[in-house]
Amino acid sequence: MSGLEIGAWADELLAGVWVTVYITVLSACAAVVVAFALGLTVRMQHIVPRTIARVVIEVFRGTSLLVQLFWLFYALPLLGYSMRPVTVGVVAFGLNFGAYGAEVVRGAINAVPKAQWEGTIALNLSPYQRMRRVILPQAYPLMIPPFGNLLIQMLKSTPLVFLITLTDLTAVADQYRASEGNEGFIFGVLLVVYFVLAYVFTVAMRLLEARAKARLGQRESAREVLAYRGPMEQEAAGG
Amino acid sequence: MTWDMDYALDVLPPILEAFLRYTLLVTVLASVLAAVLGLVFAVVRRVRVPVLTPLTTAFVEFVRSTPIPIQLFFLFYVLPEAGLTLPGLFVGVVTLGVHYACYYSEVYRAGIDGVPKGQWEACTSLSMSPRYQWQHVVLPQAVRNVLPALGNYVISMFKETPFLFLIAVPEMVQEAVAIGGRDFRYLEPVTIAGLIFLAASYPSSVAIRRLEKRLVHA
Repeated sequence: MSGLEIGAWADELLAGVWVTVYITVLSACAAVVVAFALGLTVRMQHIVPRTIARVVIEVFRGTSLLVQLFWLFYALPLLGYSMRPVTVGVVAFGLNFGAYGAEVVRGAINAVPKAQWEGTIALNLSPYQRMRRVILPQAYPLMIPPFGNLLIQMLKSTPLVFLITLTDLTAVADQYRASEGNEGFIFGVLLVVYFVLAYVFTVAMRLLEARAKARLGQRESAREVLAYRGPMEQEAAGG
Repeated sequence: MTWDMDYALDVLPPILEAFLRYTLLVTVLASVLAAVLGLVFAVVRRVRVPVLTPLTTAFVEFVRSTPIPIQLFFLFYVLPEAGLTLPGLFVGVVTLGVHYACYYSEVYRAGIDGVPKGQWEACTSLSMSPRYQWQHVVLPQAVRNVLPALGNYVISMFKETPFLFLIAVPEMVQEAVAIGGRDFRYLEPVTIAGLIFLAASYPSSVAIRRLEKRLVHA
């Protein structure tokens, strides 16, 4: 078990890390957009948009991520739409995690105290002002911890993009395995790299949360922000 | 290309068979392993054995933060190096089982913490043995409280069984893509695989939500 040859692979591995981070960040942005769109729609009074959003959420939560990835990659081109593998990855991750995120958005908005809603009505704010100025700023810090969990889960799912021909970290490790052997070593290294990435993402989300809370007048110490906290999977089920 | 119902009905039986023989089997075996091992982790973390407790905590945190696919590869390639050649199915069950045991241990922990302090004190005042106390007082209450959360994890694990694709276990998605590749018609098999997932996971999660409500009111 020597790791000497790994030096020669440093560039490839770094490029792989970059692809992994790039896919994760891009998909996270897509997922946030999807989460807000679905999460706000599913709260609407009108039954048509509400039902459509509910169906979309349940479909993307209830079918497996890998199935969605393969569907977009293999089946959709046969229907006449084809996308680049990166786009397939970002769209699949964005929709899947966006559907989970929609429940987070909905839950956080519902958790804002009723008096705040009544206050906005008493002040005669428009529905837009109500959301933008009063409700969302208070719901936002509540969303960050569950979003953080979803982000880690997403990072942990990115090795799947390797199956749609992208050369992420896992794909590079697989090439290394094929040409150098040493399988246990390279995948052991990979476990550590993913662990470090997960920790970095966790701290980034904690910083974001501390900032959001500070704006509401709740300060946290640097120690609280940097303390290790493992991810906790969401209420992960469909439905 | 449009949806061909005859073809869809043709490919349905092999996909269903892969679902029953692999996807469902893996889910059941791995959740049993996770339920047992997770309980062990939770109790070890709670009773504070010197060395063993910090090691378990570190292990749980590490496993929870690293991807299942990499864990699959790691075991798939490392076990033979150590002289153990095991079928992919076994590696898959162990990986998913251990990964979810780490999640389960957190859930059990919440359940154990939720058992009122008076219950522990009553055990002490009745001078029950620790074993009796855990087995007959603490765990029955703790597990009952977290049953819905555990159920949600089973569904989530169920949807991650396609990861076994990576180590060549012929589970449902593997089968669907193989059929798609053979006939170059991916639309029907992959859609069917998705619908089967939805048909199994949606009713289960509705059932769990009902159970949750009943337990709260009981």
